[in-house]
Amino acid sequence: MTTLPTHTEKSLGLVIDLDTCVGCHACVTACKGWNTENYGAPLADSDAYGADPVGSFLNRVHSFEVQPDDGAAQLYHFPKSCLHCADAPCVTVCPTGASYKRVEDGIVLVNESDCIGCGLCAWACPYGAREMDPSEKVMKKCTLCVDRIYNENLPEEDREPACVRTCPVGARHFGDFADPESDVSKLVAERGGIELMPEQGTAPVNRYLPPRPKDEAPDFDVLAPFLEPVDEEPHGFLGWLDRTLSKVS
Amino acid sequence: MHPAPSIILFTTLSGLGFGMLAFLGLDVPAPRGWTAFAFFAIAYALAGGGLIFSTFHLGHPERALKAFSQWRSSWLSREAWLAVVTLALMGLYALGLVFFDTRLRIFGIPGGLLALATVFATSMIYMQMRSVPRWNHWSPPVLFLAYALSGGALMTGRVTPAIVLLIAAGIIQVIAWVDQDRREGASDTTLATATGLGDRGQVRVFEPPHTGANYLTNEMVFRVGRRHANALKIISISLAVVLPVLLLLLPFHHLLAALAALCHLAGVLVQRWVFFAEARHVVGLYYER
Repeated sequence: MTTLPTHTEKSLGLVIDLDTCVGCHACVTACKGWNTENYGAPLADSDAYGADPVGSFLNRVHSFEVQPDDGAAQLYHFPKSCLHCADAPCVTVCPTGASYKRVEDGIVLVNESDCIGCGLCAWACPYGAREMDPSEKVMKKCTLCVDRIYNENLPEEDREPACVRTCPVGARHFGDFADPESDVSKLVAERGGIELMPEQGTAPVNRYLPPRPKDEAPDFDVLAPFLEPVDEEPHGFLGWLDRTLSKVS
Repeated sequence: MHPAPSIILFTTLSGLGFGMLAFLGLDVPAPRGWTAFAFFAIAYALAGGGLIFSTFHLGHPERALKAFSQWRSSWLSREAWLAVVTLALMGLYALGLVFFDTRLRIFGIPGGLLALATVFATSMIYMQMRSVPRWNHWSPPVLFLAYALSGGALMTGRVTPAIVLLIAAGIIQVIAWVDQDRREGASDTTLATATGLGDRGQVRVFEPPHTGANYLTNEMVFRVGRRHANALKIISISLAVVLPVLLLLLPFHHLLAALAALCHLAGVLVQRWVFFAEARHVVGLYYER
């Protein structure tokens, strides 16, 4: 059914730390790899080695520059994937019921065998989280690695989304936002996690941790105390040497 | 938004066909016999032909029947039901007019109203898109209905109603274009809210996630149309409204009426092209420099 559940038992999603992300795109590659080999149709590329390659990805890393009123501009890397919205507009527009939000954990999924490839859900999503697969002609989107997180054939440490598992700097976190005691809930509370485009009324589950203010560079040289100027008026032996040499030269 | 030919043909032709069916079902005197057959044949060719075009943009048209299942939530699904019920009722109504010289109002009146409801459902697919500010506006339902009614009056040979409705559609269209610009300009979704970084300075796209295009940029970040939008708007309103009205004001001749209908059709096609090409999806904020 493409009507949205009024309540989900869990609210699984991601926290992405914009302060930590270095823009290495490892999450993009891990996502593409896992989702090409597992759940659903493989994520296809067309003309992959040609002049005009196009492919479907469930996660992409943008880069934005922010110019403050004073001071230097700062660069932020910005991974973006499905936010698993509580009020997901992509779900309600679906004419076939292929798009749905799961009651048990809030994950928004596409049943690919019901998808007619009309593309309406991709239009409805303000975040650009859905992409039509160029080969299979069905809508692809982040599954929150539903085939990893409950997969008992995997070692326990691997039961999290591929992007989270692979992130070399720990900028991505996975958990249940419905549980106020979960790590993700605590992180969001502590760091003031934000929603993207709150005015669109989608109530996204994923949160972004805003970059913390950078340290201010002090306007004195921190090494100055260790580099005291040479004594201008030497005394003792050095004083005698200085005076004697001054007379000779 | 990418102006896909299949969707432009679908909304234009079906809108015109269902507009004709609305007039055939609701307005008297209804045509009879072979005249009725000709009118219904054209209306069904337009409405049905448009619906067939709509399946061309589907990735899996063989699963199209599944689109009838979600009428509780999806306007596309509602549109599918309304179209089929309209065509069925109007088919029975046409049988009465063509073969039995009888106007079966029990089919004609609900059929005519449902024809308009079908056009309304089509327009709601666009209006509901909060992600496309220009569409998320009063204008799609009003415009789609205005074009369907004026085109329907024109195609069913109702000269005076056609003139009045065409002029009304033209006025609504001009107001809509101006107000859509305002709506898009007033959108509160910006790169600042899209990234959540707006509170710390001016945000700009530094580099995109990849060097090439992708589905999103091809489908939703379409730029070509906006450059020529004003010229196309003048062409569209001249063809869709001004020329047909002038042709209808001349002494009536079937050839002139046919020319007026063709002009109108061409004008609405241009109008729909602009409707898509000019609309900006907010996902463009993440990509446009």
